[in-house]
Amino acid sequence: MSAPATSLPPARLSGLFPFLRRYPLVVIAGMILGLIVLAAVFAPFMFTRDPTSMSPLQRLRPASEAYWLGTDHLGRDVWSRLVYGARVSVIVGLAVAGLSVIIGLVIGLISGYVRWLDAVVMRIMDGLMAIPGILLAIALVSVSGASLTTVIIAIMVPEIPRVVRLVRSVVLTVREEPYVEAAVSIGTRLPLILTRHILPNCIPPLIVQATYVCASAMLTEAILSFLGAGTPPTIPSWGNMVAEGRLLFQIAPWNLLWPGVALAVTILSVNILGDGLRDRLDPKLAKRM
Amino acid sequence: MSISRRELMAGAAALTGGLALPGSQSALAQAAPKGTLRVIPHAALTTLDPVATTGYIVRNHGYMVWDTLFAQDEQLAVKPQMASGVEISADKLTYRITLRDGLSWHDDTAVTSADCVPSLIRWGQADGMGRRLFTYIESVSTDGPKVIVIKLKRPYGLVLESIGKLSTNVPFMMPKRFAEKAVTDRLGADDMMGSGPFRWNKAEYRPGARVVYDRNPKYVPRSEPASNAAGGKNVFVERVEWVNFPDPNTALNALVSGEVDYYEQIPADLLPIVSRAPGVKVANFNPLGNLGMARFNSLAGPTNNPGVRRAIAKAINQSELLKVAIGNPEFYKTCHSVYPCGTTFDSTAGSDLMAKSSLDEARAMLRASGYNGEKLVLLATTDIPVQSAMAQYTADVLKRIGMNVDAQAMDWATVLQRRTSKNPIDQGGWNMFFTWWEGADLLDPVIQFALSGLGEQGAWVGWSKDDEAEILRTAYAEAATLDQQKQIAAQVQARAFEQSFNVYTGMFYVPTGFRENISGILNAPPFFWNIKKA
Amino acid sequence: MIRLVLTRVLSAIPVMGVVALIVFFMLRLSGDPAAILAGDTASSEQVERIRVSLGLTKPLYEQFFGWIMQLLRFDLGTSLFTGLPVTSLIAQRIEPTAMLALSTIVFSVLVAVPMGVLAAWKANSWIDRLVMVICVLGFSVPVFVMGYFLIFNFAITLRWFPVQGYTSPFVDFGRFVSQITLPTLTLSFIYVALIARITRASVIEVLGEDYIRTARAKGQVEIKVLFRHALKNAAVPIVTVIGLGVALLIGGVVVTESVYNIPGLGRLVVDAITRRDYPIIQGLILFFALIYIVLNLIIDIIYTIVDPRIRY
Repeated sequence: MSAPATSLPPARLSGLFPFLRRYPLVVIAGMILGLIVLAAVFAPFMFTRDPTSMSPLQRLRPASEAYWLGTDHLGRDVWSRLVYGARVSVIVGLAVAGLSVIIGLVIGLISGYVRWLDAVVMRIMDGLMAIPGILLAIALVSVSGASLTTVIIAIMVPEIPRVVRLVRSVVLTVREEPYVEAAVSIGTRLPLILTRHILPNCIPPLIVQATYVCASAMLTEAILSFLGAGTPPTIPSWGNMVAEGRLLFQIAPWNLLWPGVALAVTILSVNILGDGLRDRLDPKLAKRM
Repeated sequence: MSISRRELMAGAAALTGGLALPGSQSALAQAAPKGTLRVIPHAALTTLDPVATTGYIVRNHGYMVWDTLFAQDEQLAVKPQMASGVEISADKLTYRITLRDGLSWHDDTAVTSADCVPSLIRWGQADGMGRRLFTYIESVSTDGPKVIVIKLKRPYGLVLESIGKLSTNVPFMMPKRFAEKAVTDRLGADDMMGSGPFRWNKAEYRPGARVVYDRNPKYVPRSEPASNAAGGKNVFVERVEWVNFPDPNTALNALVSGEVDYYEQIPADLLPIVSRAPGVKVANFNPLGNLGMARFNSLAGPTNNPGVRRAIAKAINQSELLKVAIGNPEFYKTCHSVYPCGTTFDSTAGSDLMAKSSLDEARAMLRASGYNGEKLVLLATTDIPVQSAMAQYTADVLKRIGMNVDAQAMDWATVLQRRTSKNPIDQGGWNMFFTWWEGADLLDPVIQFALSGLGEQGAWVGWSKDDEAEILRTAYAEAATLDQQKQIAAQVQARAFEQSFNVYTGMFYVPTGFRENISGILNAPPFFWNIKKA
Repeated sequence: MIRLVLTRVLSAIPVMGVVALIVFFMLRLSGDPAAILAGDTASSEQVERIRVSLGLTKPLYEQFFGWIMQLLRFDLGTSLFTGLPVTSLIAQRIEPTAMLALSTIVFSVLVAVPMGVLAAWKANSWIDRLVMVICVLGFSVPVFVMGYFLIFNFAITLRWFPVQGYTSPFVDFGRFVSQITLPTLTLSFIYVALIARITRASVIEVLGEDYIRTARAKGQVEIKVLFRHALKNAAVPIVTVIGLGVALLIGGVVVTESVYNIPGLGRLVVDAITRRDYPIIQGLILFFALIYIVLNLIIDIIYTIVDPRIRY
């Protein structure tokens, strides 16, 4: 996204907010995300009511002073649901990104280093990669029943092979480096080699990867809800709001509009942040992308 | 229903000749069949056996391909359909049903009594009302190719009501080779051979997406005008296509743009869009409506306690629930009877429980029942909007009266599966789920499966066990007069509220949308004979 | 070349085996379809009888090996609900999905490659930024939000295109085009983003190479430099991403088919999952996996053609 620094005139860099000037979009995206996370954490204090309580007589009301963004088909407050929905998106995004990176890292490190395991693990990963992620996730959710946990697991599983491949490719390059070979030759134990020499090389690309996983997890949560295999409807999530709102989008467009916008803005911000991180942390990858 | 029975018995001789209404036929015969009727049905047709499986979509499919011996008209009177008439012996133990002339299967072989006998027997194993009928039956046999003879062990009032049943499972007549299959051996796409007004188009069947029926040119309709499932099934279109839409918006837009002719069930909330659209009309063709229902599991705690069940019934306010589930007040009404309001057995017996709903009283009743904070597992359907709203509303209300509610979200397919579990709730069991019935399925104490008190020996899931209810239902089935029937039906209702195996959550109507060049839609389930496309 | 194809085909077999194993056991962990088959008013006993008649009470390993033996005969089994063979269900539904995927790939490549080349050529200009903003948007807007946006504007308000449906191009080509346009646009958004981004990156990289400078120094026309030299050498990553994107495309197809009511494989599999129609789900996931593997195999082979330096 953001332009390499060399393309900007050096004079500008001496401004009051050099970072803002260099990466204006990244900073804005970071601020938006910060606000969303704050709203999610302090949802009860964001002038909200109970996002699940229904007022049958107040259904499908347009925006008003009492209901800032209107009400949905069950007479629930859209603003409150939007704010509480941020929690679900943030939790799903962070949990999937965190878990898939950690699990992928462990599998990738081991399979990249332990040759006899590599073939088996990579066949399993190839198998998982070959199944379209959405289908795997829908199947997993319908197998284990809709709950936030199963949704997180279902979205996470198809992401793991991508992380494993990334980690493995780093391991395969690094293990041939002289300092690693040296460490091996003086009898350093495997766990130490992995954590001290190989792991640090994996971190920068993984952080970048994690942001993309986070964005795609939020998107997938919404798609699963859209297809009726997502977070249970009793939990206010943007995906559920879109899924329920789409039925009436010609009557009460705000039910689809606000969560749709929130979703797009959040994912957009995560993606921009990811691009910014990539430019800083992983110049090689930045050049490739 | 009972009116019809008395009419039939009084006029048995007249019926043997058929009740031809003069004048109707010439008008009907003039229009030449043309065009394709494109229909959006309420669900996808994926199981095909209308006798062995239930579901309104399979029933509607059944009425396309197959035909019935008797059928109910708009007044719910039973009229002969494939039968030309019936002779009932003076001791009411022998029924001789004669087939009318000109009936043939879609492979051009003749319909004979030897086909009908196994058809009746197969249905008698699958359907609740059929099973009850067969406990009275000594034998079903043929007397020549045209006559079916039913011999009873003792008189039974609902013989023709049963085999002329309007709704699931309908006793459709099938060729012997299919009728002799076991009930568990479901008919597949190759077995769709009937004698009905439409023929199954196997080549164009796309399960889940499209079903095609062609007009049966050899069908001989009765001469009476069509009325509900009875009367002449005259087909005025060459072809009927059922097209499935996964998304109601897309479906509605297709109706508005004229890409389809008929949209069976429009969500009431979407009606404002249609009212603005030129060329589209909306009407309700199901005067009996639908009745929402919450069903309890009476084996698992805490809903094995009638006091808890009654407290929940007290807490549910029909008008609030209907408001969230249906929305548009033109399309719902509260109904505090277990029978559809406005029908023969509609009654107020014991109805205070629901008519005067109150959260305070419900709290008091809950305390009095000995409820002690046990978890209640509510199976909340996610993929059917009306059921989803009912479940979410109920979960909200039950929390307010202080129940420990665990609303477990799942798709309808999972609900169907989970609810067969008889385990306690900590081992995958359940306490309540939501569904609805067409009014036709709830008309009287016998036809209404949810009132069965047979427990694990033949009641609906939830296994309601109530010997007194069963005694009353048998008394109803054997009652001689309408007044007696009414009296017993009211007692059944009072007992039903006392036990509260079900909570009745009100009546609603689902409007049908159609293009203005479509005429002749019957006040009936979605039948596609009699419909003209200009 | 033949050796390459053979090794790749052989290496695909264990992958398919893994897919089969995952799919089979994952589905068996869920309940079963007997209750759905039996219907709303069925008793537990009826459900149990159906379960027996479907063979669902046999031990798992027996069911698994039975299924594998069936697969080896190229038999995907029959739908539990309709009794129709899964292979013929797939055959019935494959055309709409294939057409949608094809039109999306063609459209995306035609739009995204020039976009990416342009952005690379004018790197860091406003054009470049605009292209990159479109790309990030493409990754960020959910497919169905895009779908409803397009329907609302172009089908309902402007009435330029029909709202829904599919007609085979072999039946009525005009109608096919009008019906496939909006779904293609909807689905293309993310794909355009993917391809434009990788094109831009690859071309930027290639533009720094010596032979481009040489070509430019020799006074070749800029367009020719870009499309003949730069793009040709940037082709490998672009083709790769098209292959990898097929998985993304299949996911998008599922949603797009629901929004536009296209009777394709995506809807077949979603419907089958909600009904637990095992043979259809198993068959289709295997089928999608096979397509993914075969496509990526074909792409590997294409590599050796577009970039003779690559040898396996």
